[in-house]
Amino acid sequence: MKQAKMNRTTRSNLITYLMVIAFFVIFQILIATGNVSSLLKGQLVPICAYVVMAISLNLVVGVSGELSLGHAGFMSAGAFSGIVAAGYLQTMMESETLVLLIAMIIGGIVAAAAGVIVGVPILRLSGDYLAIVTLAFGQIIKSIVENLYVGYDANGLQFSMVKNTLELGEGGKMLITGPMGANGMATISTFTMGFVLIMVCLFVIFNLVNSKSGRAIMALRDNKIAAQSVGISSSKYKLLAFVVSAAMAGMAGVLFALNFTTVVASKFDFNTSILILVFVVLGGLGNMRGSIIAAALLTVLPELLRSFADYRMLVYAIFLILMMLATNNPKLKGFLQSISAKIKGAVGKGGEANG
Amino acid sequence: MAKMVPLPSRGMVPERDIGKAPILEATHLGIEFGGLKAVDDFDLTVGRTEIAGLIGPNGAGKTTVFNLLTKVYQPTSGTVLLDGKDTHGMSAIQVNKAGIARTFQNIRLFNNLTVEDNVKIGMHNHIKYNTISGILRLPKYWIEENRAHEKALSLLEIFDMQHLAEHKAGSLPYGAQRRLEIVRALATEPKLLLLDEPAAGMNPSETAELMDNIRKIRDTFNIAILLIEHDMRLVMGICEGIAVLNYGKIIAKGSPEEIQNNQTVIEAYLGKKKEG
Amino acid sequence: MLFLSYLISGISLGSIYAIIALGYTMVYGIAKMLNFAHGDVIMVGGYICFFACSYYGLHPLVGIVMAMVVCTVLGILIDRFAYKPLRQAPALAVLITAIGMSYFLQNSAQLLWGSGSRVFSSVIGKGSFSFFDGQLTINYLTVVTIVVCIVIMVGLVWFINQTKRGKAMRACSEDKGAAQLMGINVDNTISLTFAIGSALAAIAGVLLCSAYPLLNPTTGMMPGIKAFTAAVFGGIGSIPGALVGGLLLGIIEIFAKAYLSTQFSDAIVFAVLIIVLLVKPTGLLGKKINEKV
Repeated sequence: MKQAKMNRTTRSNLITYLMVIAFFVIFQILIATGNVSSLLKGQLVPICAYVVMAISLNLVVGVSGELSLGHAGFMSAGAFSGIVAAGYLQTMMESETLVLLIAMIIGGIVAAAAGVIVGVPILRLSGDYLAIVTLAFGQIIKSIVENLYVGYDANGLQFSMVKNTLELGEGGKMLITGPMGANGMATISTFTMGFVLIMVCLFVIFNLVNSKSGRAIMALRDNKIAAQSVGISSSKYKLLAFVVSAAMAGMAGVLFALNFTTVVASKFDFNTSILILVFVVLGGLGNMRGSIIAAALLTVLPELLRSFADYRMLVYAIFLILMMLATNNPKLKGFLQSISAKIKGAVGKGGEANG
Repeated sequence: MAKMVPLPSRGMVPERDIGKAPILEATHLGIEFGGLKAVDDFDLTVGRTEIAGLIGPNGAGKTTVFNLLTKVYQPTSGTVLLDGKDTHGMSAIQVNKAGIARTFQNIRLFNNLTVEDNVKIGMHNHIKYNTISGILRLPKYWIEENRAHEKALSLLEIFDMQHLAEHKAGSLPYGAQRRLEIVRALATEPKLLLLDEPAAGMNPSETAELMDNIRKIRDTFNIAILLIEHDMRLVMGICEGIAVLNYGKIIAKGSPEEIQNNQTVIEAYLGKKKEG
Repeated sequence: MLFLSYLISGISLGSIYAIIALGYTMVYGIAKMLNFAHGDVIMVGGYICFFACSYYGLHPLVGIVMAMVVCTVLGILIDRFAYKPLRQAPALAVLITAIGMSYFLQNSAQLLWGSGSRVFSSVIGKGSFSFFDGQLTINYLTVVTIVVCIVIMVGLVWFINQTKRGKAMRACSEDKGAAQLMGINVDNTISLTFAIGSALAAIAGVLLCSAYPLLNPTTGMMPGIKAFTAAVFGGIGSIPGALVGGLLLGIIEIFAKAYLSTQFSDAIVFAVLIIVLLVKPTGLLGKKINEKV
């Protein structure tokens, strides 16, 4: 009995790991053989970043059951602290991989800290009220980054808010210039690093969910009062899911930011939070594999629709609405199922689908 | 059936529990909702291994008493001593850790999780490894998870439910859901188990089986059980002490025989007989 | 004096937020959904009025009425085609649909009317009242905005409390099943709610564009988010809450800009929202909902 169950979740998780590995290997081969368009190649790191964003948000929305509309805020907090870290570290280190790794860890820690600051007070709220507060925090983080000035010179890192009052010495360099964001960064993110980050995050999420803590998180989602009645602390486990998720979003932010030479704070605005939420909902709540597929496809889709140019976002919008209607409207769902049954019947020996 | 004997305090416990401190002593317990006293001056003593009943007409405040004992609501007056310890200021979580577990009138299971996971969630505070060991799958994780698995199955065995371990809790039939709630509560290793209408929706043969099981639970785990129930056959059949609640106040206490013959209780249930 | 002038601008901006917030709060109250596309209906209203007045040279009043008619129809259509099929669906699915609808409206607007900003000429004539020997000036638009908000509020409260349709709305927001059993047509009532909310959005759009004359396909986005915040601030589902929330939000925003920091005004507004929700978890005038155990 137990063995069968272990196998079922383990097998499902294994399929997900293998899918990511296969995706990585195939693209490495395609790149090596020159079969990937430069357009798609440029999308690989962002896809990895969005996949991590989607699975981490799924931990909060799907596993913990709390709607968050400010996930991009943590991405932003991570991205810009990672930019500062990378900009500074590059003056003393040779290895780009090491710089990226340290920047990602720092970005993760800063985002996790932001997660604690946000999470401790707000996780008492629930439902739409929690959603609006996460939205508000996302906006606040954006406002802060848009007014932040960071530079370094021989004296080390220097910060200022609102106005650029930094007077950098000889050889100094601005890292973040308020609304202009970060410019002239070295693009050190790699597809391989993105792949590693996805695998690490999957490992953490899967193992967390299938542990005592994960059960506590899901118990609180399914029935908070019952969970408390068996001695499970709501604030502790809701915060755990929230902070782990924020840390991952922070690392994804660093990966994303260091893939470009220029990044502005508005790249991580409310729309981005929504975009990621769309990945999660389309992929299925609590379904990590679904999130990965949805994030990858929907990141590529607008690019594939580039030939439609002006129409692509419109098509995307219609796709979203139809997708939701098709998966959630009982009539449409039944209709689609009957069609697929008919097709199966026709393909099979026939006559079986007349019920 | 055990004989009920009075304690130096105002409560009564079964004779065999007389040497031991009672598990629960509630005195002057009360709560107001916007001026309305839903429960008022509630006194109850439950012996160490007693099966006690709390009965009364619909809306009498029985579930509210449970919510006060388990701190879903904070009482506005009175004290609750659990195993001699004052539970004043404790949260629902702390009171569970201190030894009270309960089931709910409107079943509250973790519907999307398996039966086994529901039981393991009940064991949460008795599974000893931290989040990091869980994520990194350190040896402690495997030892504790295996132990939890065995324990969960043995608890499910009380109701002969091991074969349902892999099913989603939400997909179980109603009676099985009620039984699973009891198992989950037992998994927290309580000293006092509160059952809110455990026989609701069960047929007579299921109820009879439940009665045996409640006795079996008391005897195996050596705990006290306080239950709310409308099925008088069950209440009169297994409860040693019974308290009757009406309009938030206790109107009678005693053994099943005493309660059955109590005029106030009969009036509370059937209404007053018109004089003349 | 400066303080008074800021206060009046705050009330004026807050009035616009309040009118938009009404749309959110009414729809939330009855359909229990966040109508994300509401902000974009504002934008559509703005465009219709813009074309009617600046393009075809119609009288502003005609422009406003046209905007209201178009938005009302739009609101009903959105509900019929996107939301109605999902009445029984999980809240998140409806939310995503609403987001899709918001994208749809923005991108349709971009295709139809271009992504560039248009300069909206105010529907209210320029000019102002002067008080205290010219120390305090209040322009006509500000006065009109505040008056319109008051009229709408009074009208709506009357409608909800005194008319049969209004009572049907309240019944549906309390308990749809019971309302249906009492012979209320729930679907029509929800449509009516969308219609009223959208007509109000059109008015808000015209007022907003008159005050901040740049009009583009994403014009409705930020005011939409803020008005939604205002609705939650006041207690979502509550009509007086929308008024209080909207006004407070407007006043806080203007004061934050004037006295604290222009760059951080949005952050301050949201910070105040968070503090309010931490103290009163269901908003200023929201009902406390206790889960029955």
